[in-house]
Amino acid sequence: MALTNDTIKTRLTQKFGEALTQWEEPFGMLSFTAPKDLNLKVLQFLFDDDELKFRFLTDLQAVHYPNDKGRELAVVYHLHNLVDNVRIRFKVFTDIENPDVFSATALYQSANWMERETYDFYGVNFIGHPNLIRVLNVDEMDYFPMRKQYPLEDQSRVDKDDEMFGR
Amino acid sequence: MATSLEKVVGLARKNSLWPLPFATSCCGIEFMATMGSHYDLGRFGAERVGFSPRQCDLLMVMGTIAKKMGPVLRQVYLQMAEPRWVMAVGACASSGGIFDSYSVLQGIDQIIPVDVYVPGCPPRPEGILDGILKVQELVHNESLRRRHSAEYKSLLEGYGID
Repeated sequence: MALTNDTIKTRLTQKFGEALTQWEEPFGMLSFTAPKDLNLKVLQFLFDDDELKFRFLTDLQAVHYPNDKGRELAVVYHLHNLVDNVRIRFKVFTDIENPDVFSATALYQSANWMERETYDFYGVNFIGHPNLIRVLNVDEMDYFPMRKQYPLEDQSRVDKDDEMFGR
Repeated sequence: MATSLEKVVGLARKNSLWPLPFATSCCGIEFMATMGSHYDLGRFGAERVGFSPRQCDLLMVMGTIAKKMGPVLRQVYLQMAEPRWVMAVGACASSGGIFDSYSVLQGIDQIIPVDVYVPGCPPRPEGILDGILKVQELVHNESLRRRHSAEYKSLLEGYGID
């Protein structure tokens, strides 16, 4: 019998109950939100359970919602069950003043660089990460460029004025 | 004022330029096409591309250079022996191209002195060949004392190279 989204949801609510919220199924992929202190427990449960078997971390990224005070940074995990070919997404929200999230590097090796990238661009501090330094940007950069308040353009150019380039 | 010795040396140098392809992105692919038999860079004497800066004359920077790559490019340029020329191929190497962003270096002339810019995104192989011809013109007409002149020294100092 194939692993369906309903089965996954039932198993997760049996284990975690009301802690998991915002169940959605955009384009058929089950998606839910967990509180940030439970993120490792959810990942471990999805890994260990013999029916769920979500043993591949496809992606780990962040989103910045500047208007959602108290929940500005969302860390998004995409997991894949390679045996039954089922994907699932879950998010944890954290506020921008104390963006501390537990690191998944103990469970998934791939989380190492993905968390470094998330730290580099959004400033999410992963607790327990072995080497949380910038990976894609120059080491001297002192801000987190993918946050919404920073513009895309290089600010050191003096020849592109707004009139000519319509910004 | 070029003496006939300088002209002979210039002629020899221009017809045997050894390019160092610093190919990063799409312009590198256009360079590969230029080196192929259809557009043939070899007929201009630049047959032997080297990947060691110690042995090459012409640094061809082809592709987007990120700010993180900047120091690496500078290191490669510093390792080249005089006389050396630099060609910026494509819009990204010349000015950052369409990538006006926090991570892309807005033109390699912010870190190294450039002799010829080839515009295009990517430039056609004919465009790259035109750039090579212009470099050859510069090589031919260059005075043997240029690299020791005060003007050249101050140019390098402007880039922090001594």
